[in-house]
Amino acid sequence: MTGNGAQVTTLDVNINVDRPNDLGRDLREKISVRNLSFFYEDHEALKRINLPLYERCVTAFIGPSGCGKSTLLRILNRMYDLYPKQRAVGEVLLDGENILGPKQDVNLLRARVGMVFQKPTPFPMSIYDNVAFGIRLYEKLDQAEMDSRIEAALRRAALWDEVKDKLKKSGTSLSGGQQQRLCIARTIAMRPDVLLLDEPTSALDPISTAKIEELIDELKTDYTIAIVTHNMQQAARAADFTAFMYLGELVEFGETSELFTSPKNERTHSYITGRFG
Amino acid sequence: MQIASARYARRRAANAVMLSISLAAAVFGLLWLVWILATLLINGVGSLSLTLFTESTPPPGSTGGGLLNAIYGSFMMTLIGTVIGTIVGIMAGTYLAEFGKTSRLAEVIRFVNDILLSAPSIVIGLFVYQVLVAGLFGHYSGWAGAVALSIIAIPVVTRTTEDMLRLVPNTLREAASALGSPQWKVVSMVCYRAARNGIITGVLLAVARISGETAPLLYTSFSSQFWSSDLSQALANLPVTIYQMTLNSTDPRSVELAWSGALLITVTILLLNIIARALSSLGGKQG
Repeated sequence: MTGNGAQVTTLDVNINVDRPNDLGRDLREKISVRNLSFFYEDHEALKRINLPLYERCVTAFIGPSGCGKSTLLRILNRMYDLYPKQRAVGEVLLDGENILGPKQDVNLLRARVGMVFQKPTPFPMSIYDNVAFGIRLYEKLDQAEMDSRIEAALRRAALWDEVKDKLKKSGTSLSGGQQQRLCIARTIAMRPDVLLLDEPTSALDPISTAKIEELIDELKTDYTIAIVTHNMQQAARAADFTAFMYLGELVEFGETSELFTSPKNERTHSYITGRFG
Repeated sequence: MQIASARYARRRAANAVMLSISLAAAVFGLLWLVWILATLLINGVGSLSLTLFTESTPPPGSTGGGLLNAIYGSFMMTLIGTVIGTIVGIMAGTYLAEFGKTSRLAEVIRFVNDILLSAPSIVIGLFVYQVLVAGLFGHYSGWAGAVALSIIAIPVVTRTTEDMLRLVPNTLREAASALGSPQWKVVSMVCYRAARNGIITGVLLAVARISGETAPLLYTSFSSQFWSSDLSQALANLPVTIYQMTLNSTDPRSVELAWSGALLITVTILLLNIIARALSSLGGKQG
């Protein structure tokens, strides 16, 4: 590890909220990451990260393997809580409330902050039940309401036309790209505020990838989205903001168009031009 | 080149010899199984008749009769033993795989369970005899037999349940947790479904194991000549009945019935094993 605490202060924050931005609207911080550090036992995987996630924008986390981008994502819904030897220090404010605090109910948090994983993870049950799973945890709906919720979620995930005649079939019988859209449908069926996507297309073919990216673009009208990606083109295409991370530090954060065309930091420049990573 | 081909020839010869020995070993092992099955079929099929299932064991010296009381007793004790063994075993296996994991308590339970898994069944029979038959009840009892069988079934089910749950990919647990699902729902709604075939296989193997056990029943349920559906009394059952009908028996009808009973048990266990295998290969495809 070459990083040290002092370097963090050199963070190049490339955005000024007062300034007109590409999105042409005022930005509100949905999630604010403040001085966040993360430890796997004694190993410090994230070093004092400060980062905003703007409401109804897509923010991409990029960086070479092991830079901490997935770790950061998994803090935002406290996924790390499943593992006893992992801990986070600092603050993550969701609508102003610190979700790392002891008062935060983890299950309620996860219902608000949905997550889609790298590998499609359909449950071993019907397509219908896959989507209904999360809804049933928190709401009691009658059959008609449930049906319409499920149809809406599947439509939103651009999967309805492909599965409407086989809702009773197993979710595992779908193709990889369909499975991933099923997982997105399952997550948005709960009407979360935030969507976390952990390399959602890295296991998919280009056509499925294109569909998911279209979907992300469409979903950001309602959701705040954070996406981890290995694929810089994907970040450039899909994200409004991009955070470049390296060795557990946030090196640069800014509007995607600026970060990719005129990076402020030398390491960002090297990475996006393909000199390392 | 001359040398090389000589070495090659030697290697081929060694290969042929070893292959023949392995084949002979396999045949030797299978021979007994085939012999047992053939003998059972030849001797057992003859006296298979409807009365086997409709009449109780005949008094010595008489003709006719069947094995109804023994079949019923075996069925009831195996059923109760399986129910207890399945409930306790699945819960214990779930604790080990999903909650205890590598904690000290879980390691101890796992170790004890492995010992229990290989404990001689006669020891389990004696234990239940001491506690229930000589102690609590004061007489032979079908319940004691069922308890002894359940103690044999528990470690089998515990072990398979744990193993099958561990095969469920962690990504599935994370995905369910990410929807805001509490852990017990993750386990009961997702992990059990993913591991279902494997767990059922474990239960079937436990049934197969306990349905042929003789030693623990000898000490607990013992046997009975007569029809009885009262589990709190000595209860007839196939293994012990077969044992009594053949040991020192000069009554040809008893021996005939014993052959049929043996065939019945064997076929049942064989079927259970076949179903278990089919299910587990089905589970393999899903996972």
